[in-house]
Amino acid sequence: MNVLVSVGRLAEAVFMHAGLYALTLGQTIRRMASRPWHARMFFQQAEEVGVQSLPVVLLTALFTGMVLALQSYIVFHRFAAESLTGLVVSMSVVRELGPVLVGLMVAGRVGASFAAELGTMRVTEQIDALWTLSTDPVRYLIMPRLIAVTLMMPLLVIVADFVGIYGGYAISIYMLDQNPAVYIENTTQYMELTDFYSGLVKATVFGMLIGMIGCTEGFNCQGGAAGVGRATTRAVVISCMSILVSDYFLTAWMFG
Amino acid sequence: MNSTQTPRISIRGLSKRFEDKVILEDVNLDIMPGTSMSVIGMSGTGKSVLIKCILGLLKPDAGEILIDGENWLALKQNEQLARMRRVGMLFQHAALFDSLPVWENVAFALLKRGEKKPVARERAIEVLNWVGLQKIENLMPAELSGGMAKRVGLARTICHKPDIVFLDEPTTGLDPIMADVINRLIVRLHKDSGTTILSITHDMKSAAMISDQIAMLCHGLIHRQIPAGKLDSDTDPMLRQFIEGRAEGPINCSHWGKKIEEAINR
Repeated sequence: MNVLVSVGRLAEAVFMHAGLYALTLGQTIRRMASRPWHARMFFQQAEEVGVQSLPVVLLTALFTGMVLALQSYIVFHRFAAESLTGLVVSMSVVRELGPVLVGLMVAGRVGASFAAELGTMRVTEQIDALWTLSTDPVRYLIMPRLIAVTLMMPLLVIVADFVGIYGGYAISIYMLDQNPAVYIENTTQYMELTDFYSGLVKATVFGMLIGMIGCTEGFNCQGGAAGVGRATTRAVVISCMSILVSDYFLTAWMFG
Repeated sequence: MNSTQTPRISIRGLSKRFEDKVILEDVNLDIMPGTSMSVIGMSGTGKSVLIKCILGLLKPDAGEILIDGENWLALKQNEQLARMRRVGMLFQHAALFDSLPVWENVAFALLKRGEKKPVARERAIEVLNWVGLQKIENLMPAELSGGMAKRVGLARTICHKPDIVFLDEPTTGLDPIMADVINRLIVRLHKDSGTTILSITHDMKSAAMISDQIAMLCHGLIHRQIPAGKLDSDTDPMLRQFIEGRAEGPINCSHWGKKIEEAINR
């Protein structure tokens, strides 16, 4: 009986959160059609999400590309197919690792910051204060954040793609003594534009998920400082899980 | 007072519960234009819930909230937001926006209405002077003391010249001198501009000083409403117990009263 109660409670919590996320997303999209758009808040958030995430994204992409080149070379060397290293590195970074790893990094950095900031505003009545100053809190707080992270994610992924590919190139050429011309030719010959686009589609969806989950958790936070902590943890965990789950479905949809 | 005048705020049959806990049950209250009313009552009796229901921050389960005869609960969200221009609210802990300097906090409503920055800043400095704060406009809220934050909160509440002001525990957490400063400012605001004020407090000194009318909220109902001048002479046992701050008395008959009695007896 206890097991059934626990399962029931878990199901209730899952559906309640899913409903809240959908509601927040719907309310935000509905507001995008009309003024005010709070452009200053948007640029502030875009700087926070995009520019300030660059160091962590660049470092992640560079080392991922380097490790991937090293691992691929070792495997391909066993059946004399080392020339395929560049293609595998590029395809993996552009189609999969770029958007997913950038998504996970941004979820940890930005999703947590959205939840903590909005959660603190909620428990200190700053969100209520916005309403009493005739300012719609969803429009002022959630809309700029959601748009910023949705637009910045693809841009971060483009940068990460180039840096990741360069990481693989650098290891292959300078450490594994591969021919640069062959490496570049093999990479560009078999790659298609859709490989690149698919990564950007994923990045956009991941950005939207991070914004939606982080903002909703913070906005609906309850229970003082401990509540803010719980909301922040939930935002990061649920964002990361959503990225991994949706990645499978997006891949199956685009390439299945 | 003209008896045919429409109340500025009229609360009719207001009820609110959280799950199975009844907070407000059939609250009825009229506040006439230019009146300063304090709602008193013990912690947890629903005073803050009452203000939050009036402001649209909480949705009541039943009842009507009429402002100048218009039912605010029937308004759409954007209409409610537009009506908020008439309202100022001082929160218990000031609720200043951490990311904005003091002057932008004070002038927030003006800036959001499209007022030019220099004009809004000038007005913010003027109101900050009014609450006795000079040369703090560029500080961040984290740099302010509790009393300063409260006065900045009061400045933000009145900067856009609202005709209804709500005060949530205006003197709680302040030292007696700062509490007196805040009380004097509220009295001055009321006298100078004729603003309608609804404050909630359990500070009886503050209630007596800033109010024309006092209403006592108990067990989810307005138990008693009297002119502030009759506070000392009123003989209602519950009101007397609350004013005198005694643990013994009729308020102990509530569901939690037994626990208090047990604790005292132990």
